[in-house]
Amino acid sequence: MSRARILRLDVNGVERSVAVEPQAILLDVLRNDLRLTGTKRGCDMGTCGCCTVNIDGEARLSCLTLAAQAEGKRVTTIESLGTPTNLHPIQKAYSDVGGSQCGFCTPGFIMATNALLVKNPDPSMAQIKEALSGNLCRCTGYIKIIQAVQVAARELAPPQRPAVAVAPRRPRP
Amino acid sequence: MSLPPVANPKHDVKVPDVDPEEKWRPYREPLAPGEHPHRPPEGYKILGTRVPLVDGPLKVSGQGVYADDLFLPHMLHAKLLHATHPHARIRAIDVSAAKRLPGVVDVLTGLELGTGHRFGVLPLTKDEEPLAAEKVRYIGDLVAIVAAEDEWTAKEAVRLIRVDYEDLPAVLKPMDGLKPSADKIHPDIGIDETNVQKYVDQEFGDVEAALRKAEYTIRRKWKFQGVTHGFTEPHAVVAHYTAKDRLVLWSATQVPHYVHRALAEVTGLPPHRIQVIRPQVGGGFGGKSDPFPHEMAAALLAMRTRRPVKLLFDRDESFYSGRGRHPTENEFAIALDRDGTLRAMDIEAVIDGGAFASFGIISTYYNGVLSMGPYKVPAFRYKGRRVYTNHIPSGAMRGHGAVNSRCTLEVLLDEAAEELGLDPFAVRLRNLMPAYSHTINDFRITSNGLRECLETVRAASKWDERWRRLPLGQGLGLGCGFYISGSNLPIHWDIPGMPQSTVHVKIDWDGGVTVHTGAAEIGQGSDTVAAMIVAEVLGIPLDRVRVYSNDSDLAPVDLGSYSSRVTFMMGNAARKAAEEVRRELQRAAADVTGAQPELFVCQDDAVVNQADPGMRVSFLDAVRKAMDHKGALVARGSFNSTKMGGTFKGATAGLAPAYSLNAYVAQVEVDLETAQWRCTKVWAAHDCGKALNRLAVEGQIEGSIHMGLGQVYSESLEYRGANLRNPNLLDYKIPTSLEMPDVEVFIVESNDAEGPFGAKEAGEGPLLPILPAVVNAIHDAVGVRMHELPVTPDRLYEVKERQGGWKKPTLPKASVTVKAGGRHR
Repeated sequence: MSRARILRLDVNGVERSVAVEPQAILLDVLRNDLRLTGTKRGCDMGTCGCCTVNIDGEARLSCLTLAAQAEGKRVTTIESLGTPTNLHPIQKAYSDVGGSQCGFCTPGFIMATNALLVKNPDPSMAQIKEALSGNLCRCTGYIKIIQAVQVAARELAPPQRPAVAVAPRRPRP
Repeated sequence: MSLPPVANPKHDVKVPDVDPEEKWRPYREPLAPGEHPHRPPEGYKILGTRVPLVDGPLKVSGQGVYADDLFLPHMLHAKLLHATHPHARIRAIDVSAAKRLPGVVDVLTGLELGTGHRFGVLPLTKDEEPLAAEKVRYIGDLVAIVAAEDEWTAKEAVRLIRVDYEDLPAVLKPMDGLKPSADKIHPDIGIDETNVQKYVDQEFGDVEAALRKAEYTIRRKWKFQGVTHGFTEPHAVVAHYTAKDRLVLWSATQVPHYVHRALAEVTGLPPHRIQVIRPQVGGGFGGKSDPFPHEMAAALLAMRTRRPVKLLFDRDESFYSGRGRHPTENEFAIALDRDGTLRAMDIEAVIDGGAFASFGIISTYYNGVLSMGPYKVPAFRYKGRRVYTNHIPSGAMRGHGAVNSRCTLEVLLDEAAEELGLDPFAVRLRNLMPAYSHTINDFRITSNGLRECLETVRAASKWDERWRRLPLGQGLGLGCGFYISGSNLPIHWDIPGMPQSTVHVKIDWDGGVTVHTGAAEIGQGSDTVAAMIVAEVLGIPLDRVRVYSNDSDLAPVDLGSYSSRVTFMMGNAARKAAEEVRRELQRAAADVTGAQPELFVCQDDAVVNQADPGMRVSFLDAVRKAMDHKGALVARGSFNSTKMGGTFKGATAGLAPAYSLNAYVAQVEVDLETAQWRCTKVWAAHDCGKALNRLAVEGQIEGSIHMGLGQVYSESLEYRGANLRNPNLLDYKIPTSLEMPDVEVFIVESNDAEGPFGAKEAGEGPLLPILPAVVNAIHDAVGVRMHELPVTPDRLYEVKERQGGWKKPTLPKASVTVKAGGRHR
């Protein structure tokens, strides 16, 4: 017998209703129910960081978060930042400086970067490394990722566009 | 380790009468810098610059589609049952409870499927099955597959399957596999009655005599734990048997073509009824370069259920599917003159193949023969054994077969230099292979920029002022590397003359240039380099070019993204296809203007008369003229390697159309209290012939350093009995951003005569030198020689305790005398 109930989640500024079992994981709801597949599933146990999203502006692992825990909070995923033809400065920096190779860890890194730059627009090298230390990348050796964060921080410095703390609220589709 | 010869040697190789000086004599002059037969007459516009990956915007916006991002209508979800016994006959499998679970649609077991579906990446060693038919060979082997309406139900059903096993003796130590066995892991494969899957016994020149007569010899044993690829995307596959009676398989694979072949063999479908699609792949590093049992099992399930089936691995399953670097025990001896001249090399290696052959024949050779360069080796002996064990199968991983042996050799050279009172750079420089020469086993060396690599990192690291002079706890170390730029011989030769890579170029009325290639984009930037090459040859901006590389229905065959072959082979094929189009455009421009075709060059989006630059036809006009009454321009280019190499058994192993070379200096700091150490800086010089995309080359070098460092720092597949203890990314420790050192990359361009525009590989070779450079740096820091990886702090501390404390090594004294023929243990 299904024990599913309806959850109302604020995802990228849009209220979404999903029927989920109590044990449903936020990552699965994002990917399978909402088809926001930009958030990646790499380990299901919080060790790789591929599933990093922002919850109320903090970098959070969606594979270790019950969907129910996200109720009443603002969930922001990679899809909220920009599109391929209108990239957010963080995304553009990752693409331009070679901070993304196979791309599988990239959405998680970008969301970790976003959370960092919202809180700390001018991070030091040590702060960048610390903020990204929960995300594994097997392609780049992190060097161009760290460069991307630095480039993005410069781009986002006032008076340019701020990092997306919380996506602007849009009417329900 | 004194490996005994095999009982019934079938193909020992003994070539006593080599003439090294003859082999080392250069067979041609290097190209002058800046000159190359492929260079466009007006110079380079795109190649050699820094170009972000063409699929970068898709990936950074989360819109790249990986296998797990596919959702097909009416799709089933599959999960696998893995063996829990290392070596056991399957007596019976009870799937009744699993089948009764609501939502379960199908359960397929190996017992039901039966034998007769064997496959394997190498045609000579097809020892894999979609699901274990009679017995399981390691903990993690595939036993059954369940398809259900959702993933949770499939997982639950897997738990309900009961298997009755009859245990067989397990082989858990490779050395035990050398002995005869009544219960061979693969009864019909291998050497004699043992579990040796492949043996190599080779000798060139007289190694015994050289060792006996040498002024100095040194011999060391090493031990390397197994390591795994650690790509972030777990394996994933979607299989669909379509209404048109065709099997479509989307898979995270580096080699769609081998998957295509294996599917045909396993399913019995003719190849034209199979389509393999490679979505975006989240990293491979060799771990997605075998056709896998799970791909076959998912395909069979899709054919039975007539519904799409998605199978996504949990992280531990990617550990269990394996194919990582072989756990290795080896022993190297080298003989040198007092001035450092290398006289002989004697290698023995036993590598733990795990349960299947995989690329094992090649791995076995590579563990020895890739030590033939970059130094002049006048006498060489190699005994290699790859042993089947009941461990996770080993296979190809970045730097395939060369990484552990390279580490052993480069550290050995450091030790020899120290005992002979020589500088490590001096020993390398004394023995450098000349460009465009041959090794004594007839590897044809082409361009060689190692001298420049060495000089560059020596100066950049301020070696002469700092080596042996830094305070206790800090040190510098040198390591070099030598790696194939593609394998000269393809692994299938059933279709003679089939190119290793073919590229199609199509241009229609819109002036967009479509490139079709089967070269698998796995993040390394192969789509980007294909686009850059075609745009360069046609003198057009990059945004006119679009690359389609993921669909076997559209793409001409390329043998895949492994063995560092893509830039060299696909690059040459793309160049030739584009050059054919260029000839047509020159003819079209000639038709329009009345001038001679050979006067025209393609540049700045136009076809321009070199003698009269005012005479130009726009690219689009030239295309439309060339299409006149014929339709879209289509051209193909292909790459077949040149015939080369010796004629003895195994002569083709390690033979490559070019070799990359490199030299790194690493700096480390060792904490004298805890033996915790970290690498703080790497100066990395790599000769890739010509960097076609500098951004991508840097990325490959930096990523290689990260992966190689992991093997020195912490990465290790740890077993308790037959059980892998750490099949997860918490206990299998991959370096994070906090452990990564500063890296200064120096790209050396030796301008290879046959590489596309002078290019060679940069994907794997850059991994090799970091391991020995770090191990040598640790010695320079604290005077402790490690002969086992990873160098965990407890191991380092233990060796230090044994030798009585940390001790800064002293600078070489030129006056050191060495006893002739002295042996060092």
